[in-house]
Amino acid sequence: MTVQGIGAPVRRKEDRRYLTGRGTYTEDINRPGQLHAVILRSPHAHARILGIDTSAAARMPGVAAIFTGADMAKDNVGSIPCGWLIKNKDDTPMAEPPHPPLVPDRVRHVGDQVAVVIAETRNQARDAAEAIQVDYEVLPAAVDTAAAAKPGAPQVWEQAKNNVCFDWHLGDKAAVEAAFATAHHVTKIDLVNNRLIPNAMEPRAALGEYDRATGDYTLYTTSQNPHLIRLLMGAFVLHLPEHKLRVVAPDVGGGFGSKIYHYAEEAIVTWAAGKLGRPVKWVADRSESFISDAHGRDHVSHAELAMDQNGKFLALRVATIANVGAYLSTFSTCVPTYLYATLLAGVYATPAIYAEVKTVFTNTVPVDAYRGAGRPEATYLLERLVDKAAREMKIDRVELRRRNLIPRDAFPYQTPVALQYDSGDYQSTLEIALKNSDWAGFESRRAEAKKRGKLRGIGISTYIEACGIAPSAVVGSLGARAGLYESAAIRVHPTGSVSVMTGTHSHGQGHETTFAQIVADTLGMPIENVDIVHGDSSKIPFGMGTYGSRSLAVGGSAIVKALDKIVKKSKRIAAHLLEASEADIEFKDGTFSVAGTDRSVPFGQIALTAYVPHNYPITELEPGLEESAFYDPLNFTYPGGCHICEVEVDPETGVTEVVKFTAVDDVGRVINPMIVEGQVHGGLAQGIGQALYEICVYDKESGQILSGSYNDYTMPRAEHLPSFTVETHNTMCTHNPLGSKGVGEVGAIGSPPAVINAVIDALSPLGIEDIEMPATPQRAWRLIQTAGMARAAE
Amino acid sequence: MYSFAYHRPVSAAEAEALAAKAGEARFLAGGMTLLPAMKLRLAQPTDLIDLARLGDLRGIKVSGSEVRIGAMTLHAAVAASAEVKRAIPALAHCAGVIGDPQVRNRGTLGGSLANNDPAADYPAAVLGLNATVHTSRRTIPADSFFRGLFETALEPGELITAVSFPIPERAAYEKFRHPASRYAVVGVFVARTGGGVRVAVTGAGPCAFRATQLEQALAKNFSPDALKGIKISADGLNSDIHAAADYRAHLIGVMARRAVAAIA
Repeated sequence: MTVQGIGAPVRRKEDRRYLTGRGTYTEDINRPGQLHAVILRSPHAHARILGIDTSAAARMPGVAAIFTGADMAKDNVGSIPCGWLIKNKDDTPMAEPPHPPLVPDRVRHVGDQVAVVIAETRNQARDAAEAIQVDYEVLPAAVDTAAAAKPGAPQVWEQAKNNVCFDWHLGDKAAVEAAFATAHHVTKIDLVNNRLIPNAMEPRAALGEYDRATGDYTLYTTSQNPHLIRLLMGAFVLHLPEHKLRVVAPDVGGGFGSKIYHYAEEAIVTWAAGKLGRPVKWVADRSESFISDAHGRDHVSHAELAMDQNGKFLALRVATIANVGAYLSTFSTCVPTYLYATLLAGVYATPAIYAEVKTVFTNTVPVDAYRGAGRPEATYLLERLVDKAAREMKIDRVELRRRNLIPRDAFPYQTPVALQYDSGDYQSTLEIALKNSDWAGFESRRAEAKKRGKLRGIGISTYIEACGIAPSAVVGSLGARAGLYESAAIRVHPTGSVSVMTGTHSHGQGHETTFAQIVADTLGMPIENVDIVHGDSSKIPFGMGTYGSRSLAVGGSAIVKALDKIVKKSKRIAAHLLEASEADIEFKDGTFSVAGTDRSVPFGQIALTAYVPHNYPITELEPGLEESAFYDPLNFTYPGGCHICEVEVDPETGVTEVVKFTAVDDVGRVINPMIVEGQVHGGLAQGIGQALYEICVYDKESGQILSGSYNDYTMPRAEHLPSFTVETHNTMCTHNPLGSKGVGEVGAIGSPPAVINAVIDALSPLGIEDIEMPATPQRAWRLIQTAGMARAAE
Repeated sequence: MYSFAYHRPVSAAEAEALAAKAGEARFLAGGMTLLPAMKLRLAQPTDLIDLARLGDLRGIKVSGSEVRIGAMTLHAAVAASAEVKRAIPALAHCAGVIGDPQVRNRGTLGGSLANNDPAADYPAAVLGLNATVHTSRRTIPADSFFRGLFETALEPGELITAVSFPIPERAAYEKFRHPASRYAVVGVFVARTGGGVRVAVTGAGPCAFRATQLEQALAKNFSPDALKGIKISADGLNSDIHAAADYRAHLIGVMARRAVAAIA
């Protein structure tokens, strides 16, 4: 490790501009002649549009244009595509209804896009939007996840009978049934994984621009993956050739998944800019974010675990209903399938698993990946189930886990649900977490809390997840409509400084520092000499962007591959300059030398030689020093670990306070431990948020959102969180050159069941064995009341 | 936000005169409720009368028997005031648990009372301490100030100028904070004076109200035990996705006991 190289806790280069207000976000960008768009959104969850009268609105001051779905249809604007085709159990394709950017005849959720008003100012556009008369025939709405597929439920789409998008399965049903038939004990559980609203700090925004002279379109957008937006919007929606469409995702204030997808507003402003010949900007206000950003999670599951008399897991079967909302968002279909059911082995050597997933349409905002995407759902289900199994089997919950963990020497480990884990050490992360949390000393803390009138509980979760979704060939065979490699280009400048063009996108993760550290480590230079370029399709090679904790494992590996080429070529130049054989050239700390001699040449001189090739092997080697690489991983990476949470519940009010949280994560090679710790902290805050505070509530009849502002949607605050005890215990990923696994989501994946298991442990003296997420004060109080009444009746 | 005429008077009389002339005028104090409502286009006054230059309405005066606070005094100023902390520590505490630091540094006593949000904190203190609301036209006793949901005894154009809080023997405010909004799901203000015990509840009903049942029990025996076993009716209490009426009723009891325990 050098001072700034791999493993150094370097301060983040990008923070100066973030913290001093010098970042450039989409809303900060203003183009000459720019107009402002306001979207008229549906106030109803489900309604037929009988007519739209824009005549009065069109005459209002400053209005440049008003467009409806009919106008877009006239221009043959296409449907927003879904990125992953899932097949039903019978191999037929899923129901894939259209997703027009502006709906022509029917609205399907509160917030659905009905019309766009474009005016000189935003306020004028808003005034005019209010003057549009829409004649709605309100229809009954399907809202509830569990009820959507039941007979008699209102139908969201004609092409999706009983609102089922697909009915899919994974695993060996016969083997599972056989195992259940001989099981000593079966533990059953019913669980709801609560619906969440992502709430990135920066609301979404999009600015479209069209140059009549060149025919070039530019879209500035709050995206985690500008090339993906260019591909989806250009090829499927607006039919624009890619060389005429530039997509820029500048500084982006958080995404958490919600900014992966191609959204209607991006197509609307780009298309409208072409129609009007003037730039068109749209910026969501916070209320709009609640009803137009894709939501997360929303599962209803039943699971059963079969065990032998020693608590050995024999088989697991799971039936899940997942809500996709009213339309198929970009990755909505792979989240409850290949990012969920494939993770149901967890860290356990369960020999047989069978999972069925039914995905349903409802009259709610589309649901897609949100920090963790499928893996938190799998982890929550498993870890709640294992705790319940331990109670029923009267086996200590840690002991039950120990008996079933995949052994250290079993890697590579093939699960019964498609994945092959390459590395891990679940025993060690468990034991370190037990030690760091003083698990053994808990009962005295419980007793001390009891004296203060508090119910103290401790909960554990041992988890695994899968990052860097890949390889392209495999995901393609499973229905993915995109490749999942990553790209990098390294441009060494004549004086030796370096620009790295990466296909990933940083929206708070610290790539500008982490990636620079990799370059600094390899080439032996300060990180100040390395610039990371990302987010602009006209500057960077085609890349897939940032999601699923893939940037370091996949994007970082592409950088390593490109650096290898730089070093290889540099060695050839060095060999020429030093008049030595290439095989004798060594490269260390930024200097090329001839082995066993004092003859050497620094990297900077190699760079200069490459661009001023006066003394150069010109017949064998091209001048210049710029290399690119595309890296397609051989497998997912598999971070994992153990989270332990301690809570205190106030039995009088039902308030749960997290008083202690210990995380031990295996994230593979760590480039910057400070950034890793920060990522874990953020993930834990979101996981604790899901467990105790956050929930999107819809009125089950009307489909109106009841938690559509920060007055009702509870984001976790600093005061809700304890000081975390975080450590990593890393085993290396075996198939990528860095050995890194990914850290962006582990906090949000491992923590929710640890919190809920702790709450249940706290309430267990009252005989309470279940509480739904979020474990709000009222929920806990009600359970305590009911338990009290039951006791009184005994 | 819709457009509106903006005024910045320098005296209460000028403010009232402006309000009388305007189509639909609203006084702007801290704007912590009014401005978000205007941004959401839920409120659309024709005239906004900013009270920021009414210096007379700002300030804290403590005499032998009362604490008088100007209507435009910030929550943060009350919370930090050494004089208030000495005279009525519960009042300083109450101001200090309103909203968040941003709200406390913009929001005002008069604005909070005139708005009369069902979950605001100050109404519990005003009612619990049996304060007097001074307006540009008269004085209004606390017991007749709060009329209903966002409804007060104020007449159109009438401006709160100050509030006088009699100094009690002991007082305490216990708040069950809404985790999202920071308003009171339930807040209970208990004050003990020579004249008896007052218990005021906010957050639970359409506006702050006195819990006479609890007052009577405490008048006989001022201890948390006196409240044990008293069942508060959920009838007429607020119900929402965070707290149903029965839970709020329960919390009134818990908060009241805790307030009493703090000062008994």
